[in-house]
Amino acid sequence: MKWKRLEERFFILLMIASAVIVLGSLFFILATVVWKGLPALNLDMLIRVPTGGYYLGKEGGILNAIVGSLYLAGGATFLAFATSLPIAIYLNLYAFRSRVATLIRLSLDVLWGVPSIIYGICGFAIMLALGMRTSLLGGIIALALLELPIMVRGMDEAIAMVPIPMVESSFALGATRWETAIRVIIRQASPGIVTAILLAFGRGIGDAASVLFTAGYTDRIPDSLFSPAASLPLAVFFQLGTPYPAVQERAYASALILTVIVLAISITTRFLTRGSVDHIVR
Amino acid sequence: MVEPRIQIRDLNVWYGSHHALKNISVDIYPRGITAIIGPSGCGKSTLLKSLNRLLEETEQVRVSGSVNLDGCNIYAPTVDVTEVRTRIGLLAPKPFPLPMSIFDNVAYGPRIHSRVHRRGMDGMVERYLEEAGLWNEVRDRIRSPASRLSTGQQQRLCLARALAADPEILLCDEPTSALDPISAQRIERQLVQLKRRMTVVIVTHLLRQARRLADDVIFLWMGELVESGPASQIFNNPQDERTRAYLAGDIG
Amino acid sequence: MVQGEFITQLLSWNEKRKHPFGFTRRVKNLMAGRVMGGVSLVAAILVPLIAIALFVRARPILTIKPITELLFSSTWHPIKGSFGFYPFIQGTLWVTSLSMILAVPPSLLTAIFLAEYATPRIRGMIKPLIDLLAGVPSVVYGVWGMLTIVPFIGKFVAPTLSTTLGFIPIFQSDNPTGYCLLAGGLVLGVMVTPVIIAMTAEVLSAVPQGLREASLALGATRWQTVKHVVTKRALPGMIAAVVLGFSRAFGETMAVLMVVGNVPQVPGSIFDPGYPLTALIANNYGEMMSIPLYDSALLCAAFILLLVVLIFNLISRLVLLRLTRSS
Repeated sequence: MKWKRLEERFFILLMIASAVIVLGSLFFILATVVWKGLPALNLDMLIRVPTGGYYLGKEGGILNAIVGSLYLAGGATFLAFATSLPIAIYLNLYAFRSRVATLIRLSLDVLWGVPSIIYGICGFAIMLALGMRTSLLGGIIALALLELPIMVRGMDEAIAMVPIPMVESSFALGATRWETAIRVIIRQASPGIVTAILLAFGRGIGDAASVLFTAGYTDRIPDSLFSPAASLPLAVFFQLGTPYPAVQERAYASALILTVIVLAISITTRFLTRGSVDHIVR
Repeated sequence: MVEPRIQIRDLNVWYGSHHALKNISVDIYPRGITAIIGPSGCGKSTLLKSLNRLLEETEQVRVSGSVNLDGCNIYAPTVDVTEVRTRIGLLAPKPFPLPMSIFDNVAYGPRIHSRVHRRGMDGMVERYLEEAGLWNEVRDRIRSPASRLSTGQQQRLCLARALAADPEILLCDEPTSALDPISAQRIERQLVQLKRRMTVVIVTHLLRQARRLADDVIFLWMGELVESGPASQIFNNPQDERTRAYLAGDIG
Repeated sequence: MVQGEFITQLLSWNEKRKHPFGFTRRVKNLMAGRVMGGVSLVAAILVPLIAIALFVRARPILTIKPITELLFSSTWHPIKGSFGFYPFIQGTLWVTSLSMILAVPPSLLTAIFLAEYATPRIRGMIKPLIDLLAGVPSVVYGVWGMLTIVPFIGKFVAPTLSTTLGFIPIFQSDNPTGYCLLAGGLVLGVMVTPVIIAMTAEVLSAVPQGLREASLALGATRWQTVKHVVTKRALPGMIAAVVLGFSRAFGETMAVLMVVGNVPQVPGSIFDPGYPLTALIANNYGEMMSIPLYDSALLCAAFILLLVVLIFNLISRLVLLRLTRSS
């Protein structure tokens, strides 16, 4: 009869080992990036654009990629936000629990799983057909498509958590659904909404496959929506592809910068969900 | 004088900082139905679940005091909690059939304790389903999923399942609260049959049910033991003012 | 927001009453509702739109070449007009399967640990870390793979395994570099782990506590309860989680492309280099326009990719939908 005790102990050990492996991988990845990236990191990388000989080992930095990424992800996040919030409000306030809502949610969940390279290649095909060249705008649209399902899901959850009695009291005071949405629901759900925005931004800034074909790459900081834009992930990729060790070192530093940005966003969202805001009712 | 089966001494239970049971000391006697009564939130279910140590599965629960089964404290550190639960069974308010066939539900208890041989299993399952008053209704579909039964049938299945683990004491937590009157009546009938061979402790908020079934009564109020004793004494001649008020329907 | 009935009744009264000052408000509400509904519907048809767009651009090659040749021929020579996707399909299948084999057991075990055994404190510490793992960009995974996994396989794993287990074909190695399917599988496996863990943990915690108590009250240990009751109840959801992980791995581009070798041949061993479909598309889009039919071929590859991912995603989501509906 002691078998059941032994079996339990064995599996508990296995479970703890699994958790250790999973968490260990995280720390392994972070440690590798810091260990290889930190030595090559210097101020120049952050504030200068690549000069002509940058990829051969000469001077410059990746400011083009940093700014490019911020423009791309920023623009995409804004576009996605403008689309996601209406969808989330519609799903929760106008179409709750109906077949239509279930269908829309299912559609968006399936969209969530679409690989980012599909957005890239599809965007590229469309741009080709329209005669457009690689541009900031193309990258923004492709990234916005990527960020949309992530943001909608986060906002949907945040809005769904608004207590029904609160919504009902707004209606009981004579407000329409739209007014309730604007004045009550968004305010109550704002930490969750901001978290959703940040999470989508973090995802967008780290993606390479969707911007590879649509935003292209350039050594300059984009000056218009129709100029190509560099991005951090592609900066890492291209610098890694050169045969010069000095440039490869810079790739590691670029990867470190990217990782730090993503980590910072992740930690910020943690604090948002934990910290209290005065006018939010708990 | 009959020896008590279970002796509860100075039992205290805290949920976090909420003191749910305060210094409960009471005896439970063998063979017969002991009913724990009292208004909602007075700690009836907590007291019941402390008897088979199911309370520990809830988070942030602290227990002090002792519960002695035939002289041994079930809360002693050397005691195996699964042994305790095998000897003291529980019937929950809402039936939760396990995700398997009717047969496997009843056989679950014996199987995890590797007690009965495969050959004896069929007869054993039939016997307990019979004792729970369910056999005739399910004899033809004993291998079909248990989830297809009605709520009343599911509760009787849970009774059979609990009995199959061969407990000496059966705890029932509001066993008929989720059932329609007819199913409730059937459960009550089976419990009356059962009390002949085992100790039954039932928690109920239905005074009439307590009057129907109880041989002994324990009355709780706000986590405290107010009064306990034979049913005739408590119902006809309550000593405490609160008991009188509760029985009259003035409070709770 | 559930329980819509009281709300709908209250709403219709509010919004239909004939209050003279309410006209603009009612109009605003109606217009807002219509606009938001329109946006939602457009979002809902995005997936079919993308699929159609890809299909339209892929049609040229589909009309010229039979689908069997595209799917099963191993000759990939775009300049000569041969577009056999077989090596790339195989590459994707190998690397995705490897990642599943490596990722599923630890992921499921970790999820069970989180949902059934960990105290709230431990759960609160581990969950954010897993979310962090999910947020690491794929290029960073690729860099990590190149720096650590590839040399590890090239210098230790490949030599040892191919000498000890070399009689089994999939362990043979004539690739000294370490850029191989196993590297891709390992990196992908780590990437996919947070997806499987998060969804499995969610499905497990949706199992009602009463069910666990029913098993425990019969004298079962916690592990027996998990093994016989909880996982049985949560099984469809756990399968859905694995299927979702599979489709994620199937569609991953950057990280795999950096460690898998990118040699267009049909793999015979885990130490062979591979060339998944995603890497094919990513690496060659630049030359797309110069060779006839190349763009159509690549878009056909993208279409196949999308189709597979869509099917798996849909199945997974529908299973989960049915689960939440029945509970």
